[in-house]
Amino acid sequence: MDNAYVPFKEANAFYGNLYQFLTDLTIFGVSPIPDWLAYLIAGFLIVFSVINTVVIITTLGTWVERRLIARFQSRLGPNRWGPWGLLTPIADAVKLLSKEDTKPDGVDSWVFNLAPLMFIVPPILIFAVIPYSHNAYISNLNIGILFIIAVTTVPTVAMFMAGWGSGNRYSLFGAMRGVAQLVSYEVPMVLSIVGVLLFVGSLSMVDIVERQFVPFILVQPLGFFIFFIAISAEMNRSPFDIVEADSELVAGFHTEYSGMKWGTFQLAEFIAPFGAASIMTTLFLKGWEGPILPGPLWFFLKVGFVWFILLWIRATLPRLRVDQIMGLAWKFLFPLGLINLFVTAAEVLAWGDPTGSEIWLMAGINWTIAVVCLVISSHLVSAKLTTRNSVLENAGNN
Amino acid sequence: MPIRTEPITVNIGPQHPSTHGVFRMRVTFDGEMIIDVEPIFGYLHRGSEKLAEERTYTQVITLTDRLDYVSSMSNNLSYVLAVEKLSGIVPPERAMYLRVIVAELQRIVSHLVATGFFLNDVGALATPLMYCFREREKILDMFEMLCGARITLSFMRVGGIFQDAPSEFWEALTDFLEYMPGYIDEYERLITGNEILLSRTKDIGVLSSEQAINSSISGPILRASGVKWDLRKADPYDVYDRMEFEIPVGTVGDNYDRYLIRIAEMRESLKILQQCVNQIPDGPIRADTANLIRPPVGDAYGHVEGPKGELGFYLVSDGGISPYRCKIRSSSLINLTALKDMLVDTKLADMIVTFGSVDINMGEVDR
Repeated sequence: MDNAYVPFKEANAFYGNLYQFLTDLTIFGVSPIPDWLAYLIAGFLIVFSVINTVVIITTLGTWVERRLIARFQSRLGPNRWGPWGLLTPIADAVKLLSKEDTKPDGVDSWVFNLAPLMFIVPPILIFAVIPYSHNAYISNLNIGILFIIAVTTVPTVAMFMAGWGSGNRYSLFGAMRGVAQLVSYEVPMVLSIVGVLLFVGSLSMVDIVERQFVPFILVQPLGFFIFFIAISAEMNRSPFDIVEADSELVAGFHTEYSGMKWGTFQLAEFIAPFGAASIMTTLFLKGWEGPILPGPLWFFLKVGFVWFILLWIRATLPRLRVDQIMGLAWKFLFPLGLINLFVTAAEVLAWGDPTGSEIWLMAGINWTIAVVCLVISSHLVSAKLTTRNSVLENAGNN
Repeated sequence: MPIRTEPITVNIGPQHPSTHGVFRMRVTFDGEMIIDVEPIFGYLHRGSEKLAEERTYTQVITLTDRLDYVSSMSNNLSYVLAVEKLSGIVPPERAMYLRVIVAELQRIVSHLVATGFFLNDVGALATPLMYCFREREKILDMFEMLCGARITLSFMRVGGIFQDAPSEFWEALTDFLEYMPGYIDEYERLITGNEILLSRTKDIGVLSSEQAINSSISGPILRASGVKWDLRKADPYDVYDRMEFEIPVGTVGDNYDRYLIRIAEMRESLKILQQCVNQIPDGPIRADTANLIRPPVGDAYGHVEGPKGELGFYLVSDGGISPYRCKIRSSSLINLTALKDMLVDTKLADMIVTFGSVDINMGEVDR
């Protein structure tokens, strides 16, 4: 019985200590807490703390996001509640919780009510397999990255449930777009991850970090680029936010939601970028590892950096159209992903375990390929897309 | 086995983030493709034309403010020109220059709003909108210096303007003329060459010049379709005949051309403003008119090149203190008539962008 829990005890310092403390607890010579209960309590506590940390950081993140986007847009942003508006997220939460939960006629109640829950659970599940530092993770799943890929597809089902259950045509439009987008972008995303996996030879997120001889962005620039775009599309972030598309579909699949159900959707959408940034940090930026500073801080800094870039893109670019988004996935990212995969496979064959100068040679080759590929394909894409001569030059012709 | 599909009908509006007011379109979609569009308006009808019959000629000016509430000055000007034509009043020179100045400032405001919301409709998360509104704010401040109001201005009077511009207005205007070209360059650097914008707007919502002329379209949309027609040149009013400026003309008549035309027109407006500042003479700002204007029996049509197109007032006088009939030729309403031609066989997302590029204002459509 005891052996079943050993991997947890050894792998995770916080968890192991808590488990040990609970099992060693004796009152009048009797141990009141059996192994299974200690396992349960320790597990619950750590999961509880991680989920709440994620939610709290996300809530603060909404404040940072709104302030930063306000800066991008040359305005001030929320600054009324608390110092610098820090309490705005709390005010938002109170408002959402106290709002009436309206339900329009003609909704499919079960599907309608279940959708927000199904939408918020998967982004939180991502954090179950993310290693925050050495020995600091909930679970070192041996199929970690596969788990993430599987879990991130679930919100699409929730999206479709919300879109269908609402009985609203805007919602239906949003849901259909969401499904089409996910089906398209899953392919380049997985292709870009495979490049990393070829080097690592393991699906575990911890192994991926520990076996990164250099941050993989150096040897997998194309993979990082594809993954970055694909995950932005999976999260429905601008410029791929066709699912919500506030100027077209009002609010897309959650048009009919109000109160905390709507808040749940929003929370999930704000958690998603943190999840995406964590995955990118783990896969391409060597996770928690870095000089001088402690692991969790490095992890947090890297996540914050990637998150900021996601935000920057959101504040800058206009939205693509449905067919253009599909075109981008299949005509642009998919071939690039294949090229990346072949090149990486060849390199892994040539240098099984690269050292020193081989790494830099490989980085040089891959960056050259990435730049050349990107330049060629962006020329192919933008051949038709040139600005017109100034309209004033035409003025004399008529 | 072919999958059975059926078209669905969606009501876009009257409550919708991108209908720029309470406009409603009943759109039939085949998937994402539009197969039919039926514009429905009248949600903002206030009976301005009828109300005008109950008011004196001066009081009607406040009604014109509320037609196209982002370009009150042009509305005022159009109405005042019609009354002046009807009653034979000639305003003094300084007033005419000031009218041109405020009308051109108003054109810049309207084009900034149009460009900002157009880019917002393309999906740029309000960033360009906020940049555009930053300069709009400066112009509204100037309007505040002139007449105390920012939106519903009622600045014009029959035979002149409400009051002379204070000295701080001229300082603000000189500053504005200095930094505004740089700001327009900034917008262009930010987004004009953006490939997403190009792919979303080029060759979308094309309106040919024949169609535009047949539908009696006017303003930037007509010029984007390649017709060189601007009332400031074709039928100059006030002192436009003394101004030197170009009429920007597009080639294709798509959304991108309309965007470029608006940007170019802002630059031309700045040229006109500069010339006005250089040329404006001293003198009175209002002709000597009676408090209650009683034009002789007859009718007159005054029109201006408003920011959104030709805005005209047709007034019939029976010799009394209020118009017998006031007909408004609203540019927004007539520009909307070609909407279906532009929209059919485009996608849902294109529809919003095209609608944004037409730049209507529901206050003027429904009157």
